[in-house]
Amino acid sequence: MSDKTMSAQDVVGRLESGMTLGIGGWGSRRKPMALVRALLRTDITDLTVVAYGGPDVGLLAAAGRIRKLVTAFATLDSIPLEPHYRAARERGAFELTEVDEAMFMWGLHAAANRLPFLPVRAGIGSDVMRVNPGLRTVTSPYPDPSSGVREELVAMPALRLDAALVHMNRADRAGNGQYLGPDPYFDDLFCEAADAAYVSCERIVDTAELTKEAVPQTLLLQRSAVTGVVETPNGAHFTSCAPDHGRDEAFQKLYATTPYEEFAERFLSGDEHAYQSAVQAWRKERDQ
Amino acid sequence: MSVTRAEYCVIACAEAWRDNGEVTASPMGLVPSVGARLARHTFAPDLLLTDGEALLVGPDGSTEGWLPYRRHLTTVTGGRRHVMMGASQIDRFGNQNISCIGDWSRPRRQLLGMRGAPVNTLNNPTSYWIPKHSPRVFVEQVDVVCGVGYDRAAAAGPSATRFHRLPRVVTDLAVLDFASRDHSMRLASVHPGVTVEQVRAATGFELTIPAEVPFTREPTDAELALIRTVLDPKGLRDREVPDPASTPVRDDGGRDERARESRSPARGDGR
Repeated sequence: MSDKTMSAQDVVGRLESGMTLGIGGWGSRRKPMALVRALLRTDITDLTVVAYGGPDVGLLAAAGRIRKLVTAFATLDSIPLEPHYRAARERGAFELTEVDEAMFMWGLHAAANRLPFLPVRAGIGSDVMRVNPGLRTVTSPYPDPSSGVREELVAMPALRLDAALVHMNRADRAGNGQYLGPDPYFDDLFCEAADAAYVSCERIVDTAELTKEAVPQTLLLQRSAVTGVVETPNGAHFTSCAPDHGRDEAFQKLYATTPYEEFAERFLSGDEHAYQSAVQAWRKERDQ
Repeated sequence: MSVTRAEYCVIACAEAWRDNGEVTASPMGLVPSVGARLARHTFAPDLLLTDGEALLVGPDGSTEGWLPYRRHLTTVTGGRRHVMMGASQIDRFGNQNISCIGDWSRPRRQLLGMRGAPVNTLNNPTSYWIPKHSPRVFVEQVDVVCGVGYDRAAAAGPSATRFHRLPRVVTDLAVLDFASRDHSMRLASVHPGVTVEQVRAATGFELTIPAEVPFTREPTDAELALIRTVLDPKGLRDREVPDPASTPVRDDGGRDERARESRSPARGDGR
């Protein structure tokens, strides 16, 4: 098995402006924040971002890196509205493809299965159809046995990705990825829908270590769908990464209430180590 | 102690899940959450409830099942669920908006986004909880249709109407439903202390009002005891719905973040 370990800098070195980038996690939960921070240190821009949006979307939007966003929402969970996303939307900073949560999932499924679309009921009758004029419907070739009706459904197009970024609790050097919290979210689909998938994790362990204390069902990512593995302890900060750590609510509140430029200057001007140190310093200052 | 407005709201929410059988109750907001748990504790013992994350939990908090988002979406499309969502705007036929206010392409105010409203409304019974009944929420026409109403579903055809059902809308003033001939919103009951005229004045469109409007039912002594001592002993419900009869200690109208996040954190689909 080849060793796929690399640094966060290596990962962003493989990304380019204009790419379609999927970001795993959900809202403010297990987001690959260290990889997003690494991305913010480059001048990569003009991205199409595909995500169940949280502070990943907020940061990239505030930094002006998004040309187009594909999402069903952006939230910080404990703070319902993502303030930077919200501000960016209100100043018309990027193009938006707004779909329903389920449509989004089926778009990833279609891409992972190399299908051009998958039929979904969700979307019909709602303004999803109005705000996405390119969205088409498909009619079932099979009439309903009792009514004879051929149902018309939304043909959700595949959300194919140039690259995916996800964060796991554990991984081995070959790219087998493991989640240990209550929800896998859709990180396997993001990886399978992408031409290249980069996995950051709290800790890289030996392959045998993965199932020493955890059941095999926690092995969400197969190495065949993973391009690179990065060890970034606390790399989902300030989003939650159960059971390794919960959400840093106090820091998230700081993020949500600080103007982006000020926040970026204090926390995002150095490397990941500098970020983690700055967070520690902020915490110490606050506790005094 | 007399029954507070918030307690009538809890009862009105709980009643939404009566006779639903063995389905997942997905309340969004504190009062619906207390209502769902009240129903589960009393007249709807087969309901399934989540911990607000990925677990199905019993009345004592013990885990009885696993419901991560991917399976949650199957519960929605499989229809074994009754969700009670919020609404920033709702119109006469039950079209609901949580996406944004103003022109969608350049919103005046960005809100949550579509979230799961389209999939919810087309697949499983969807009720709404509105803690402050006002013409700003009850509008002639919503800016963005996220949750699909009866008129839009009918226009979209059989695939949209097949599983579409909006059982009720509960507010701090009243219970509303769509049990009128044209599926327009109808006043089903007013909470004790509220007049029909008050509801009419707080609604920004022509409400269907029957000749006789009953009061929302009284809670039983056992229900009141459950609400006050087991389900919401800290009285967080009064923050979401301040009681008009008492001087509110803090009138934050449900905007307190801790109260909002307590059960279903910011989840527009109200899992």
